[in-house]
Amino acid sequence: MSKDFKPTLAARRAFLARLGGAATCAGAAVGAATLGITPTIAAKTESTAEGDSFPTKDYDWTKHQWGFGVDATKCIGCLRCVEACKKENDVPGNAHQFRTWVERYVHIEGEDQVRIDSQQDPVNIAASGSEKTYRFANRYKDAKVEKAFFVPKLCNHCTHPACVQVCPVGATYRTEDGVVLIDHDYCIGCRYCVQACPYGARYFDEEKGVSDKCTWCYHRITRGLQPACVEVCPVGARVFGDQKDKQSPISQFIRNNRVQVLRPETGNAPNVFYVGIDKEVN
Amino acid sequence: MEPVIQFAPYTGWVYPNETVFEWSVLIAVYPYLTGLVAGAFTVSSLYQVFGFQRLKPVAHMALLTSLSFMIFVPTPLLLHLGHPERAFNSTITPHLTSAMAMFGFFASFYVALLLLEGWFAYRPFIVAQAQKRTDLLGRFYRLLTLGSYDVSEHAMGHDRKWIFALAVIGIPAAHGLHGYVGFMYGSLKSREWWSSDLMPVIFLFSAIISGVSLLAVLYVTSCKLRKLPVDLGCLKGLAYTIWAFIMVALVLEGLEFANIVYKGREGVDMIVQYVTGPLLIPYFILQFAVGAITPFLWLSYMIWRGTSGRALVVGVTVCACLVLFSVFMMRWNVVIGGQEIAKTGKGLLSYQMPLFGKEGALMAILLTLAPLGLLYVLIRLFPPWSDAATHAHT
Repeated sequence: MSKDFKPTLAARRAFLARLGGAATCAGAAVGAATLGITPTIAAKTESTAEGDSFPTKDYDWTKHQWGFGVDATKCIGCLRCVEACKKENDVPGNAHQFRTWVERYVHIEGEDQVRIDSQQDPVNIAASGSEKTYRFANRYKDAKVEKAFFVPKLCNHCTHPACVQVCPVGATYRTEDGVVLIDHDYCIGCRYCVQACPYGARYFDEEKGVSDKCTWCYHRITRGLQPACVEVCPVGARVFGDQKDKQSPISQFIRNNRVQVLRPETGNAPNVFYVGIDKEVN
Repeated sequence: MEPVIQFAPYTGWVYPNETVFEWSVLIAVYPYLTGLVAGAFTVSSLYQVFGFQRLKPVAHMALLTSLSFMIFVPTPLLLHLGHPERAFNSTITPHLTSAMAMFGFFASFYVALLLLEGWFAYRPFIVAQAQKRTDLLGRFYRLLTLGSYDVSEHAMGHDRKWIFALAVIGIPAAHGLHGYVGFMYGSLKSREWWSSDLMPVIFLFSAIISGVSLLAVLYVTSCKLRKLPVDLGCLKGLAYTIWAFIMVALVLEGLEFANIVYKGREGVDMIVQYVTGPLLIPYFILQFAVGAITPFLWLSYMIWRGTSGRALVVGVTVCACLVLFSVFMMRWNVVIGGQEIAKTGKGLLSYQMPLFGKEGALMAILLTLAPLGLLYVLIRLFPPWSDAATHAHT
């Protein structure tokens, strides 16, 4: 072994010192999180070195690249994800505004066109009995169904988001870790972003006067938690993780499946990856 | 109690969030007003820059009309914003990739240009009034002179150079402003109905015909109110202008529609179902047949037969009213129509326009007519007539 590869005593001491410092920081952060004294999400532009405005002080957005997977072959249309999202994110309790939703595709024998509905369909709302709870009505029980499947939908957190491009004030932006967020304190409420999104992922919150959409539960994922919809999914149809971590659920999902994205022709480059969807899904 | 949000009935498959119409009738009024500004300015430019002497009787009114409508252009937008108090965010911190971010700058620049050109155009009148009047209005005119009372031939020559330069700058400014409005829709790839390279040009030409038509109506109305004969040469000039530009507007709109259908991309079935169903009357009948083809044929007939006198006045006025209606329908069919075709390409929605409220029909009518109120005040303060000895527009 050449001399160059032998660590010197000084270098070894410096390494151990850095390790100790990191451990102290991590411990402090865990303690702070446990005590619930970590600050809430604030502005977008602070550097991670300053860190004070971030949900967790030791969260470094340059070290993550979040991604979302949907395995439509697993989804059973229970809509727990939709209800969990509404509760977690204070989404208006009506049947017209959602951060996430589930679509049902049904091919009936003898029909050329696929039948598509979602939880907001009046028949489904009638079945649930409320605009705040959701279920799919058993409306095809007497039909001969050839093929049927559910597709969970949410914001695609695109790499080239059309919504961010058109925002006149920069209130909506893409974070370093790949999440498209909205600064509700800066949004002017013009709704250009709602129009620009080809996926219908955005809605306008009339009470707050601002646009809103899925954040992948940014307040949770930056604390090491899963998005609410992923957390409650009983069948693992929703997968979330860090694409920079090759062993994360999303990395494995992308690696082990032939995935596709919605409307690739728009050039938006979505970061929600689908398995098991059919040609009608867009 | 009225619900906070209005839900839209729909057929077929639409995304859940689409069941609320986010851009209301006010967003149709906004490009309509902008178009009238650009069109009115075109008339002013035809006289000031291109020397169309026959348009002289309406040249100054064109400036005042342009200014009156331009001042009201931001109002539908402000009423529509969720946070109007943050409107200036787009000017203070413009997000440069956004087509909308430049609006504040374009609009402010254009208002400043109109004020400046108006000031130069009216300077002899302002000076005369300032020297003649001793009342409160005299004080107002004295303030407007900005301390300059020189109306010598040398000074007037200087002013004319300024007017010419401002009118020249104003042509791209006015048309750029309106073409840009078209780009705001045409650049969106989320809707097939909007996503068209032709959209800015279509907006531009429809703007020109609407503005010229407005001036024709205003001119004839003013003559009737003032009990003066209509200058038929001027009216013919306006009619020729409408006739020439309406052809281009029609061809462009036809081309755009043909492109959508011929290319037949995903979702075209729904578009065809839409235009032959709910949009049949607003689009083919009202916008095209009644509002564009009828005045085009009528104007063609009058030009061919050399119609004159009362028949010409009535004919041009009615045609101009039809064009004004057609262009509003065009704005409606773009803004509302675009949202009635679901982004899914598999469903149709139906816009229910409320009568009252800040985004209702009455507000839309009020905002469209309000500039006429301002124009009335401006006309009283700055008479635009070139006839009689009203002032020095000679």
